[in-house]
Amino acid sequence: MSRRIIVAGFAEEDDLRRAVRAVRERGWTIDDAYAPYALHDLEALLGGRRSRLPVTCFVCGAAGVGLALGFQFWATTRSWPLNVGGRPWNSLAAFVPVAFESMVLLGGFGLVFAWLVRCRLYPGKKALPPLDGVTDDRFALLIDDPGPAALAGDVRRVLEECHAISLEEREVEAPP
Amino acid sequence: MADVRLPWHGPLIAGHKTVGQVTADICAPLERRAGGWWWLAFSLAFSLLCLGVAAVSYQIAVGIGTWGLNRTVGWAFDITNFVFWVGIGHAGTLISAILFLFRQKWRTSVNRSAEAMTLIAVTCAGLFPVIHMGRPWLFYWIIPYPNTRGPLWVNFLSPLVWDFFAIGTYFMISLLFWYVGLVPDLATLRDRLRPGLYRRLVAFFGLGWNGSCRTWLRYEVVYLLLAGLATPLVVSVHSVVSADFAATLVPGWHATIFPPYFVTGAILSGMAMVLTLMLLARKAMRMEDYITPRHIEAMTKLVLATSCLVGLSYAIEFFSALYVGNRYESFTFLNRALGPLGWGYWIMVACNVLVPQLFWFGRVRRRLLAVFVICILVNVGMWFERFIIIVSSLERDFLPSSWSGYAPTWIELATLAGSFGLFFTCFLVFCRFLPVIAMAEVKAVVHEGHSEAQA
Repeated sequence: MSRRIIVAGFAEEDDLRRAVRAVRERGWTIDDAYAPYALHDLEALLGGRRSRLPVTCFVCGAAGVGLALGFQFWATTRSWPLNVGGRPWNSLAAFVPVAFESMVLLGGFGLVFAWLVRCRLYPGKKALPPLDGVTDDRFALLIDDPGPAALAGDVRRVLEECHAISLEEREVEAPP
Repeated sequence: MADVRLPWHGPLIAGHKTVGQVTADICAPLERRAGGWWWLAFSLAFSLLCLGVAAVSYQIAVGIGTWGLNRTVGWAFDITNFVFWVGIGHAGTLISAILFLFRQKWRTSVNRSAEAMTLIAVTCAGLFPVIHMGRPWLFYWIIPYPNTRGPLWVNFLSPLVWDFFAIGTYFMISLLFWYVGLVPDLATLRDRLRPGLYRRLVAFFGLGWNGSCRTWLRYEVVYLLLAGLATPLVVSVHSVVSADFAATLVPGWHATIFPPYFVTGAILSGMAMVLTLMLLARKAMRMEDYITPRHIEAMTKLVLATSCLVGLSYAIEFFSALYVGNRYESFTFLNRALGPLGWGYWIMVACNVLVPQLFWFGRVRRRLLAVFVICILVNVGMWFERFIIIVSSLERDFLPSSWSGYAPTWIELATLAGSFGLFFTCFLVFCRFLPVIAMAEVKAVVHEGHSEAQA
């Protein structure tokens, strides 16, 4: 099934911000916004839930500590107990560095992997920027079409008030 | 999170750039053919690398008897170079992670190349323990994997094993951090390049990034968390390296001051190397508007701060050695300053502590040539620091009949030269094929301070 969206282009980040605000005030649905760099305050404007990536990172990091400590205890006390200068087999203090490094390693890789999966980014993926220049110096706003011939009416007026430099309607495949 | 008011007045990026100009300026060196300077520098660096490859091949074929080691001095040049290169890497993580957490916006102009420097320096460092093993093809024995020798595990109580985990994690997390930061810029580059192999590779690693703000918001979360993970990591890495020494019973090594002492020294040497590279790169790649004298000045202040900390560590180390009343400990330190390697000790003190004090003067901080010379001296001094700590603690041991000196052979010197060759070859290749300045981050701060300057 396909649906119609409106793609508006902007030259300045403030224009995009204003447009996002105006569109939300009128209750139209924002599909996504596009920018060449991170706009820190857009999270509140776009709405949506807080990211759960920190939880993923914590769980992976905790798994790293657990696995590393468990493996070191098992290897040095059960599998091959080795007497090194009379030191205890299960000396926790000596296990800290490896456990710490494993925490950072698993936490970091788990986090980035979760991010890639969540954002559906993968090597070799074909990029589909909505407008030319959104990775250079352009900003774009995608609005779910609020009704037939919307561009002729309200939407066009609101976006033009926000200094949109381009406006077009597109048919896109709805995401599965 | 609220932005901290920075002690920085005026624009961060000079020349009233627009966002589009930032893309054009930073991509420009990648879109034109390499200049004469690049080929000259590359051929010099590559020749050194070839020399290093020849030296390493020879010592692997013949054995590490080709080194100047003896029964008394069993660790010298190789481990010095290892610690030196690991230390160089630390500034990259300081700039990319710690300054990010401190919301220092000036870092955006230098973080990309400093992180690349970290990766390359850690690669150079990692080669030395592998060469030192004598049988480098068995290096994987340090990895605890199920094997038919027992299974026999590595000794988890040994700092050398911790070192393997620390350096390995440091390399992989630095690579990840660098790559995540690079993805938006690869997308920018992808959308500018002409079709061809280069573009296909850039597009492959660009992960299909299209600038979606929802992706950007999650990207910000990932970046912040990675910075939070990398900050304790960078402190842990050189602490673990220092444990290679501090966990032994050798007078001159067995000291609790070692971890902070090594970490501050690492940051000092790394900042000096970043400055050395930045001063050359900004000139060669015409990035003067992005890496302004203000950026250089901020970094010289970090050099000054860490230099003072290193000076304090030298003083504490010496004081406690004399004060503790252990004859062997105090002898080692007197020998270090006044013995056969005393000249090296005073080079170390002069280059690492005394010379950087010139950075108290604003005129010196703003004279780029002076900064360059001082940073080269700090690099020399930091290499000597590791050499002196290692060799002077070993050469006069508990038994006077076994006292011995140490001098490197040409094979060891060629290996050191080769590591510099590897470092500069990789850095030059990086400058040629990837954006040396984080475009997406600079774009976000390009207007910073301009309105203030006009007011």
